[in-house]
Amino acid sequence: MLRNYLPILIFMAVALVMGGAMVLMGRMLGPNRPDSAKLSPYECGFEAFEDSRMTFDVRYYLVAILFIIFDLEIAFLFPWAVALNDIGLFGFVSMMLFLGILVVGFVYEWKRGALEWE
Amino acid sequence: MTELALSLWSWFPGWSQIALLNLGKIVLIIAPLLLAVAYLTFAERKVIGYIQVRIGPNRVGPRGWLQPIADGVKLLLKEVIVPTNANKFLFVSAPVLTFVPAIVAWAVIPFTDTIWLTDIDAGLLFILALTSMGVYGVIVAGWASNSKYAFLGAMRSAAQIVAYEIAMGFALVGVLMAAGSLNLREIVHAQAGGLHHWYFLWLFPLFLVYFISGIAETNRAPFDVAEGESEIVAGFHVEYSGMAFAIFFLAEYANMILISALTAVMFLGGWLSPLDGLLSPGVLAIPVLGGLLGGGIHWLLAKITFLLFCFVWFRATFPRYRYDQIMRLGWKVFIPVTLVWIAVIGAAKFLTPWGFPPLH
Repeated sequence: MLRNYLPILIFMAVALVMGGAMVLMGRMLGPNRPDSAKLSPYECGFEAFEDSRMTFDVRYYLVAILFIIFDLEIAFLFPWAVALNDIGLFGFVSMMLFLGILVVGFVYEWKRGALEWE
Repeated sequence: MTELALSLWSWFPGWSQIALLNLGKIVLIIAPLLLAVAYLTFAERKVIGYIQVRIGPNRVGPRGWLQPIADGVKLLLKEVIVPTNANKFLFVSAPVLTFVPAIVAWAVIPFTDTIWLTDIDAGLLFILALTSMGVYGVIVAGWASNSKYAFLGAMRSAAQIVAYEIAMGFALVGVLMAAGSLNLREIVHAQAGGLHHWYFLWLFPLFLVYFISGIAETNRAPFDVAEGESEIVAGFHVEYSGMAFAIFFLAEYANMILISALTAVMFLGGWLSPLDGLLSPGVLAIPVLGGLLGGGIHWLLAKITFLLFCFVWFRATFPRYRYDQIMRLGWKVFIPVTLVWIAVIGAAKFLTPWGFPPLH
């Protein structure tokens, strides 16, 4: 039933307005006396040495890729879990095969050290 | 008087009646929620105080009860600083971005069998989608600040949240296998019949994984490396001040309550009483006692309160994890445990003569 989603839409609008109103109230009620030292980025008292948008560790990228793969796996598991009573043993064994293939991939990335942080 | 009100009410066009009715319900959810968030900060300081054998805030108002109000007013009157190098629009919108999903997820929580805002069939999917939205606010805040510590905090928390997201998703698959429905109300109904039918017993590893992942998802101690005030000063929100900071704070505590409510609904039987199905109707008919022993919103609130106490308790007890330990726990412990338990549930259901107990 699509109309059950209407309250969520209204809720979202209310939450957005509330968040916006809170930021706005903070801006209006608080003092506003900027100076260049106050507005500089915080680096424990020093001037910033270099641009903060530096290169970052490739591991973060690797984790993001792994997340996409596993999240896709979850997307496949959800309908399977809901329909488990109807599809019976055959459905269960099929999904275990699919999971088995993914576990092979998981073991491979584990052995290759993609999950290590050092 | 009521007739006048009714005639005024019928004077509104149909669509606006629906909108106003929903708006009223939304206010009835948000107002207690924000009050709970305010007093959760107070409860946290008090409980940690007592755990550390001291008293906690007790000066503002009687026994310190006005402390959260004073904190709120103070934050409201502080200056909101927007750093020169920051992307102004993203910087200001990031707090709102974390706040919205933390609040909106309450739309699908069933408070009792008859009280809820909306009863969608894809409830669990909606919850999973919204709790993952929270990471955007953190990343956007860290990126838009254009500060080294903020950026580090954002990268860390992105990788951490993403890792625990998967463990959380797998834990939910186990709940789905047992309940056979994505609808949160149906999931609670599937746990009817007393304490021994609740899923935390049958899905105990998944219950642990879900709750601990929830703690990691909300950036709470001992998984608070994204903030890490002693190493990267305050992480992703180091540049935030005043009300902009307060909204992050609100969102974090609202998320804590949300995770507790979800754990209660999915693993601890939601609004159901632990004696549900064990008491005779005669006992339930006793005026006050029967109402207390039967199911109702008070049971849900009690379970949420207990889980929130656990949040605070863990913060007071455990030292912070190192980052590589967090990633190891997420990928190498939680994900294998959940995968194995999914297979165990399935095998118990199909390959054993007694089946999977809660389904009977």
